[in-house]
Amino acid sequence: MENLLITILLTSIPILLAGLGELVTEKSGVLNLGVEGMMLCGAVAALGSVLIFGNPYIGILFGAIAGILISTVFSFFTITLMTNQVATGLGLTIFATALTGLIGEPFVGKTAASLPKLEIIFLSDIPYIGKILFSNDILVYFAIFLIFFIHFGFQNTKIGIIIRAVGDNHDSAHSIGYSVKLVRWISTSFGGMCAGMGGAYIPLALTPHWSEGMTAGKGWIALALVVFASWMPIRLLIGALIFGGITILQFVAQARGWDVPSQFLNMLPYLATILALALISLKLRHNNYAPACLGKHFLGNK
Amino acid sequence: MIEFTPRKIQSSFWAILSPIISIGMTIFIGSLIFKMLSYPVMESLYQVFVSPFSRPDRIADIFVKACPLIIIGLGLIFCFKANIWNIGAEGQFILGTLCAGSFALLFPETKTYMLLFSMFIIGFIGGAIWASIPAILKVRLNVNEILVSLMLVYVAMLFIDFIVRGPLRDPMSFGFPLSKVYPDGAIISKVDFPFIGFLGQFHYGIFIILILCPLIWLFINKTLPGFQIKIFGSSTRASEFAGFNKNKITFYVLLVSGGLSGVAGVIEVSANMGRLQPEVSFGYGFTAIIVAFLGRLNPYGVVIAGIIIATAKLGADNAQMVLGIPKVVTGIFEGMLLFFLLAGETIQKYKISIRKDN
Repeated sequence: MENLLITILLTSIPILLAGLGELVTEKSGVLNLGVEGMMLCGAVAALGSVLIFGNPYIGILFGAIAGILISTVFSFFTITLMTNQVATGLGLTIFATALTGLIGEPFVGKTAASLPKLEIIFLSDIPYIGKILFSNDILVYFAIFLIFFIHFGFQNTKIGIIIRAVGDNHDSAHSIGYSVKLVRWISTSFGGMCAGMGGAYIPLALTPHWSEGMTAGKGWIALALVVFASWMPIRLLIGALIFGGITILQFVAQARGWDVPSQFLNMLPYLATILALALISLKLRHNNYAPACLGKHFLGNK
Repeated sequence: MIEFTPRKIQSSFWAILSPIISIGMTIFIGSLIFKMLSYPVMESLYQVFVSPFSRPDRIADIFVKACPLIIIGLGLIFCFKANIWNIGAEGQFILGTLCAGSFALLFPETKTYMLLFSMFIIGFIGGAIWASIPAILKVRLNVNEILVSLMLVYVAMLFIDFIVRGPLRDPMSFGFPLSKVYPDGAIISKVDFPFIGFLGQFHYGIFIILILCPLIWLFINKTLPGFQIKIFGSSTRASEFAGFNKNKITFYVLLVSGGLSGVAGVIEVSANMGRLQPEVSFGYGFTAIIVAFLGRLNPYGVVIAGIIIATAKLGADNAQMVLGIPKVVTGIFEGMLLFFLLAGETIQKYKISIRKDN
């Protein structure tokens, strides 16, 4: 049981990290549909750097940098050149899927070192929950920290409020002197960094070898989770854990020998995403909490 | 400081020029990538863009490859004109194929082409049903159609995999995940050109584009529903004032787009494979998005764009065989092409000037 809960937590980390990043990006009014592509970039950069340097922490760093770099392509086109955000995000995923396929080809069949578990003294000895919560790798702690960081950041810090202002009413934010485009560039880069780290987590902790398109739709699920969480970081954790659980279900079913074709179990995360989106829309039909300027261009020369 | 001033009149000159410039820039940056990966640049470009034209049968195969891309792209025109983002054409393609294929396998030994005709209808319905899921959710609950249509791609892929490995697997396939071969009446035959004979895989299914393309052009440009779709896409407010039914438009554009994807699948499989297998589409549904954009959402443009992209796809196959360049580079080109096309739209919409800040 303990192991099962740990596995659920670990499986949810890539979606959680990518989702948190996208949440910040969207709060600033930018809809980046390239999460899947940015995660792949993070994954391939992490795997490659670990194979070269042998240190999994370097992998996190390179994953984050790769995520930021690829997100600047998106920022340049959508924020500076004001291209359509949906189509550009889609282009980013097509581009990055192919690029990582090309870069990752030499890594096929090689195994990368995994992130070590860091046990927190005393806390990890607490019965039942100690092992689950306090004996994990660094990115798990980081992801949990990030939830609260973003939550309080948006509530209580000036930067957080500026980001929200830009996302909710860019004309007002502009007229009181904030650079809308700069705030959006930074928020999108933050999203890229988180997606890169989320992608990096897959080879560094879950499946230590490269396969083309190894994120298997996790980026898209992360995008859906942001909507599901109504742009609230703590709800994002709940959503990510549910998806971790659903993903793990197929392994449980295999281990227990349930007589369900594996394809149907593999479908569950995708079907659950659709169901989750439908349920949340049903509940929030009149107020969906979306940033008011989400996906809108800012001309910036008034 | 770069300044964007909206243009009052959008220049039609740019509308034609921007795809050409975009292709040029993609080729330019593509050559830089070849250079970086230390492949011979000219030879690589020759293989990708020219070698598909080097023999008559290869030219014929361009049309074969372009056929599904064009048919899906023609359907996507409806969605994208209406600003509805159906990115799940891949799943609608698979489901249409699966429905039509299962139907064909119910009637073994059938010779009459009535079977093929019914498969077209069933394929259309199958694709439309798959697209109706995001359509209903969008209309009823305002659920984002992008995410739902994409999630259904994964579901469709897993579903056909299950069907071909399970219920429809041919017992004589030696363990391969293949269905039985379609009956004769479900096969689209190759074209036997007078004096020349067969050219590559060129088949009769391709001719459907000759009917579809002008039909869709007429529908969009000369009928009221076509006009409504255009207005709905460019200004939701204006279309509301005009009293257009928002839900109806959203629903039908998705249905038509899904249906045409299904038809594309029926043609592809009946002409080239003749049986169901786990992989019936090779990313056609996603590539068709680029085709629709490159064709500037104009039916004739989509046909040309489909031919261009198909050329590059076949060229990439040649480049892989001759020079060992991994085939995935086409995806890099497609992504870049989309970026440049979108940037071209900005130039068309805005006048860009550089202002000095003091």
